Amino acid sequence: MQTVKMVVTGPFSAGKTEFIRSVSEIDVVSTERKVSADGERAVKNATTVAMDFGRITVDEDLVLYLFGTPGQKRFDFMWEILSEGMLGFIVMVDSTRPETFREARSILETFRAYAPTPYVVAANKQDMSDAWDIEDMRHALRLDGKVKLLPCVASDKTTVKNVLLELLYSILAEMDGGDK
Amino acid sequence: MALRGNLRDFTVTQLLNLINLAHKSGTLVIEGPNEAAKVSFRDGKLAYAQIGQEDNRLASVLHRSNKLTTGQLRAIQTRAVQVSDKELGLLLINAGYMSQDDILNSLQSYFTDVVRRLFTWVEGFFRFENEMTPPDDRITVRLDLENLIIEGARQLREWEQLQDEIPSLDMALKFIERPGTSMQKMNLSVEEWRVVSYINPRNTIQQIASAAKMSDLEIRRIVYGLLQAGLVEVVRPEGAPQAAERARPQVTVQNREEQKSLVNRLITRIRSI
Repeated sequence: MQTVKMVVTGPFSAGKTEFIRSVSEIDVVSTERKVSADGERAVKNATTVAMDFGRITVDEDLVLYLFGTPGQKRFDFMWEILSEGMLGFIVMVDSTRPETFREARSILETFRAYAPTPYVVAANKQDMSDAWDIEDMRHALRLDGKVKLLPCVASDKTTVKNVLLELLYSILAEMDGGDK
Repeated sequence: MALRGNLRDFTVTQLLNLINLAHKSGTLVIEGPNEAAKVSFRDGKLAYAQIGQEDNRLASVLHRSNKLTTGQLRAIQTRAVQVSDKELGLLLINAGYMSQDDILNSLQSYFTDVVRRLFTWVEGFFRFENEMTPPDDRITVRLDLENLIIEGARQLREWEQLQDEIPSLDMALKFIERPGTSMQKMNLSVEEWRVVSYINPRNTIQQIASAAKMSDLEIRRIVYGLLQAGLVEVVRPEGAPQAAERARPQVTVQNREEQKSLVNRLITRIRSI
């Protein structure tokens, strides 16, 4: 049995757990606990402190694991561990919370430093009225035009599938590029 | 959709950069702690600006740039109340008082000055109103933003340098056991003493800032000074978990063809979900 993994990262409350939950065939193994910091409690009551863990069985020989990183910075020592051997990673960004964009950028840079694997950025909560436009987010996140910035609603399986597929296409394209 | 947020997260310079890159048209409304400002753009260029209740009518702007005397300003303000800025501009040009360039240069200078003042705003909320345009009777300009962005970026530089020097406020501080400089010769400000009083390997810099009621910029400035003076060193907070032993890579793919096959299988599976 071969296992591969993708990492879903992003700032606190970006929607990582929900993203994995939308496509995982098992109940997401989530280590959540009550939020202690006042600023964080204002956003949500429980947060992931260890990691989320989802699974998609491809066939008898292959399983894809989705790992969600803890969103709070004080657990960033976990990131490097989680990034080991990943096929690629997804940076989730809450489109309605521009105050998290800088942190998302920082997380993206950190993961790129850990592993030069393909990645995509998912602009979550695009169904909300106060969500930023994708192109405005691209400028704000200082993303190169080549970086895939994809609209997403973490609770909507279709958009989650699209994000995963786009990441896989990027991985494939990089492999093809490596052949040349 | 909304382009709105907090100046703590997006500086005015970053917003100008975004507007410039996206060639946006509309009005950036910034609500600071004491007053509000409206800066209008057309196709990513500065068109118009107003700050607080400041008089930005043409006559006042020309007076500020010494193109009109105080007496002339008073005369216009009393006798030409109903005259719009555009009409006043034409009257002044036709009467030979000044050229069109004089008027446009004065307005550009004033609007630029408004934006420069906004660079110092670090607290407040902003929103970009696509449909909001300057009042019809006002004269607008078309001013490239690049130079303003560069100017704002210079002011940001200090902040960024400090961020580079002290990238994380989640670390703690510890007094160096044998500081190179004699403590007795050192003069600390009140703010520095406040920070020093909280230094303890158990307190993160963020916690110290919170206790001393300091902004990120203020605490970084002080900590940077203390670091440079060789008084303190940055340490991992006591009680913080150490990075665990590295996990072994899970991917055991042998070669590129196998990898491609594997990715294609994943694609097929995800599509079928």
